[in-house]
Amino acid sequence: MSALLEVKNLKVGYGKIVAVKDISITVNQGEIVTLIGSNGAGKSTTLRTISGLLKPKSGEILFEGNRIDGKEGHEVVKLGICQSPEGRRIFPRMTVSENLDLGAFLRSDKDAVAADRERVLDLFPRLRERISQRAGTMSGGEQQMLAVSRALMGAPKLLMLDEPSMGLAPVLVDMIFETITKIREQGITILLIEQNAAAALDVADRAYVLESGTIKMSGKASDLAKDPAVTKAYLGG
Amino acid sequence: MVAISSQRKWATGYLIAVAALFITYQFLFPWDGLPMGIYDTLQLWLPPTSVNEALVYVICALGLNIVVGYAGLLDLGYVAFWAIGGYCAGWFMSEFFHMINIHFYGSVAKAAPGIHVNFWGVLLIGGLVCAFFGVLIGAPTLRLKSDYLAIVTLGFGEIIPQIFYNGDDIGGFNLSNGTKGITILDPIPAGIKNIGPFDFGYKFIVFVFLAFVMIFISLRLRKGRLGRAWLAIREDELAASMMGVPLMQTKLAAYAVGAFAGGLGGVAFATHVDGVYAERFNFSISIFLLAMVVLGGMGNVWGVILGALLLSWINSTGLPAFGQTFNSRFETEINFPSFTFLLFGLVLILMMLYKREGLIPESRLRLILHEGDPEEDLSPKESK
Repeated sequence: MSALLEVKNLKVGYGKIVAVKDISITVNQGEIVTLIGSNGAGKSTTLRTISGLLKPKSGEILFEGNRIDGKEGHEVVKLGICQSPEGRRIFPRMTVSENLDLGAFLRSDKDAVAADRERVLDLFPRLRERISQRAGTMSGGEQQMLAVSRALMGAPKLLMLDEPSMGLAPVLVDMIFETITKIREQGITILLIEQNAAAALDVADRAYVLESGTIKMSGKASDLAKDPAVTKAYLGG
Repeated sequence: MVAISSQRKWATGYLIAVAALFITYQFLFPWDGLPMGIYDTLQLWLPPTSVNEALVYVICALGLNIVVGYAGLLDLGYVAFWAIGGYCAGWFMSEFFHMINIHFYGSVAKAAPGIHVNFWGVLLIGGLVCAFFGVLIGAPTLRLKSDYLAIVTLGFGEIIPQIFYNGDDIGGFNLSNGTKGITILDPIPAGIKNIGPFDFGYKFIVFVFLAFVMIFISLRLRKGRLGRAWLAIREDELAASMMGVPLMQTKLAAYAVGAFAGGLGGVAFATHVDGVYAERFNFSISIFLLAMVVLGGMGNVWGVILGALLLSWINSTGLPAFGQTFNSRFETEINFPSFTFLLFGLVLILMMLYKREGLIPESRLRLILHEGDPEEDLSPKESK
């Protein structure tokens, strides 16, 4: 397995406040890797830095072996890193269809885009029913499906999901996580950020546990799920 | 389908109005055959100059609509582009630079001193020079968020006319002829005929053509990739960048296209008044144009055209004509035109209170204004 994404000794801050102190993670081709941790552990900051929205104070981010830290957000998307952001951030006043079109904004291969659109709508049949509805009028679960689909429309090599289960009813959470597995089966590497550690560890291959801006533990997801320290802190056991 | 048919409806309506006006001004207005009553009424309520002026406003308002309506960037200094376009016409279509003699398909005799570039060429020059300045002012400022951007553009809109106002002696070089302005511009060459300052009917057709070009550009851009990128930025900048929309380039494109239209409008306005005068390019024009866009319906081409025609007509003709009629009927001496801005202020306040989306709203904008802040009302329903 080769490393698709490597983050080395990342340090990121907002002004004087350092949100990420020292984080190194690796995501290999075809894996689902999850970052878990409580609020303020630095999960979202890490993800935002990878996607080019924040600039690191120090450290390196490599994607397919090339440095991408310091690149603008749209350049990172062009390289094949797409994300479903925290809080979904769909375009509420555009239709579901227009949202999906924007997901494929950088692509010019029309036939492949059309094929991906079908694939995404097969993944989330609910969106097909709502295709011409204004995205903002859909339920939270449907909006989350749209956010993931929109990211998939960018034909990502690496799909980053930021809290996809946040605020969703338990049935929908299960559904989203099932879909994450299906997406991986289509050959897309996934970096998943979750507060719902139990569900995340269930689908992931490997996991990193973040605490106050550093990595506290890492390893195979199945091992971490059994680790007493993890279960005590994050799994309510 | 609805959108297409309503677009047809608007296009047809405007075309009929254009044809009717042209026939009236070009063939009926050499007034002999026309009954006195009709001529007087037309001259009072709809003189050809007011129609032509309104069209110039349409051209500029459509440009501003791309910046404000499509991309959601507030620009309070649009008059700067209008002025730059105007001076391009002054420089390249008159005898102002009488020390040199350059002709480029001009419409005057070769012996005439000064720079004489063909009107259609000057349109292109004016547009491109403005687009260049649009990018120049945009590049360092477009990183700012809305209110701050508005302040910078406001400053730009003040600085440029001031430069022209005081530009009659820049180290000995007369750039703008200061307060005296530059006057007597070359006629517009149009194949068989040169259109002079008093050929209102033909000039009307030229302006209609320019407005049509702007309508075409606006509608095409909106449907295309750039249009979608602008809409995405207007909706949610951060999310747009996550889709791979290059924020700076896309915003700069909006600025450049908007400025280009301002340049076209500036050249057209210069030929309309047959000269360029620095004191005419004041702040109120920026506000006036913004009011047209807002009143008509931000983002909706047909609405903006209506807003521009309506406000320009009220300003140039409607209010003075109403005042004249009112004063002679009731034997009063009220100076109605002096209430122009009071009236516009009132109209804007009433619009903001009762019809914020404009006369002919754009469907998406209506949603924004009637459903409140999307972050609060529309998004996560289950998370509460």
